[in-house]
Amino acid sequence: MSTATYIPLKTLCTHYKVETTFFQDLNEYGLIEITTIEQAPCIHQDHIKNLESMVRLHQDLHINLEGIDTVMNLLDKIHHLQEELKTVKNRLRIFEE
Amino acid sequence: MAFIDYYKILGIDKSATTAEIKKAYRKLARKYHPDVNPNDKAAEKKFKEINEANEVLSDKEKRKKYDKYGKDWQHGDAYEQAQRQQQSQRQYQRQSTGGYGGGNFSGDDFSDFFESMFGGGGSTRGRGSTAGFRGQDFNAELQLDLKDVYETHKRVLTVNGKNIRLTIPAGVENGQVIKINGKGGPGVHGGPNGDLLIQFNISNATKFKRDGSNLYATEVIDLYTAVLGGDVTVNTFDGKVKLKVKPETQNGTKVKLKGKGFPIYKKEGQFGDLYITYDIAVPTNLSVKEKELFTELKNLRS
Repeated sequence: MSTATYIPLKTLCTHYKVETTFFQDLNEYGLIEITTIEQAPCIHQDHIKNLESMVRLHQDLHINLEGIDTVMNLLDKIHHLQEELKTVKNRLRIFEE
Repeated sequence: MAFIDYYKILGIDKSATTAEIKKAYRKLARKYHPDVNPNDKAAEKKFKEINEANEVLSDKEKRKKYDKYGKDWQHGDAYEQAQRQQQSQRQYQRQSTGGYGGGNFSGDDFSDFFESMFGGGGSTRGRGSTAGFRGQDFNAELQLDLKDVYETHKRVLTVNGKNIRLTIPAGVENGQVIKINGKGGPGVHGGPNGDLLIQFNISNATKFKRDGSNLYATEVIDLYTAVLGGDVTVNTFDGKVKLKVKPETQNGTKVKLKGKGFPIYKKEGQFGDLYITYDIAVPTNLSVKEKELFTELKNLRS
């Protein structure tokens, strides 16, 4: 495993075979956060999971940035609802035998 | 191993054109793609099925073979011949048909039916999306009893052949997922490792019901203690306490025992409350004398 906390955008562009502009656009939409480390634009490795999901949405399902933004918001909502459902289900166990 | 109807999976006719197959596949992929169906195993299964169906039907050679031998894949000389053909075809690099990857889903994960007809491993070429830079997340489930999570403890788990030392904090919830950074699959080209996600499934064989850090229990008390008051000893999760029952206590009365509940997650030394509900037992098999006395009581009230 790489010990680097920040991954240079250049590395990511090569790996995912996408243009730098794609990441810049995601950054402008507030979907990712680009940090400049030693004059190189980078992304924190904790955000790579989300980023990969966005890359797949774009490459696999041909979803544009507006669509990705909408999907990510809905996914966030699903996540909260799933957590809420888990809590409610646990609470319902009180009434089970 | 059962026959798989790839046309049915994509919801298309046997005479469907390449364009119709592509359209049907893309529509279903948008619906079942793992990235838009988080924590949905049924969608993941469906996505694998449609990928496999697309792998076969969008490839001319595969489709031809499937249409010819599909239903009789297990019988007859024709199938054996097809098997021999498949052996020789394995020598060739297959062409891309543009399937989708979809997160941790591996394109190689095809059914036995597919493998028996077209050989193992599916396509060797890259699928639609690029392989992840970050390693795969590993998911594991751990079955615990409620008693196990009353106190913080350490465990050693074996995940994918590796021993992982894990501290399980007291008060973990049923269904809660704990993420262990970097303990998933290895990253590619220096990418970060995936995470290990452990879901706790907590069964409860105790008489206590749990709601977060609060516990609930029912205590049966006799009618006389309820009417006249008295002492009862009740079980808490880790011991016993003596309670004073007030005179004229009603059935269903709730008593809150502060701090006698379950540990609060990641708040060491803090506990929720225990709620005891009194269930008043009415005496049965009354003697003649007891009946007389109850009648006397009744008459006093009327």
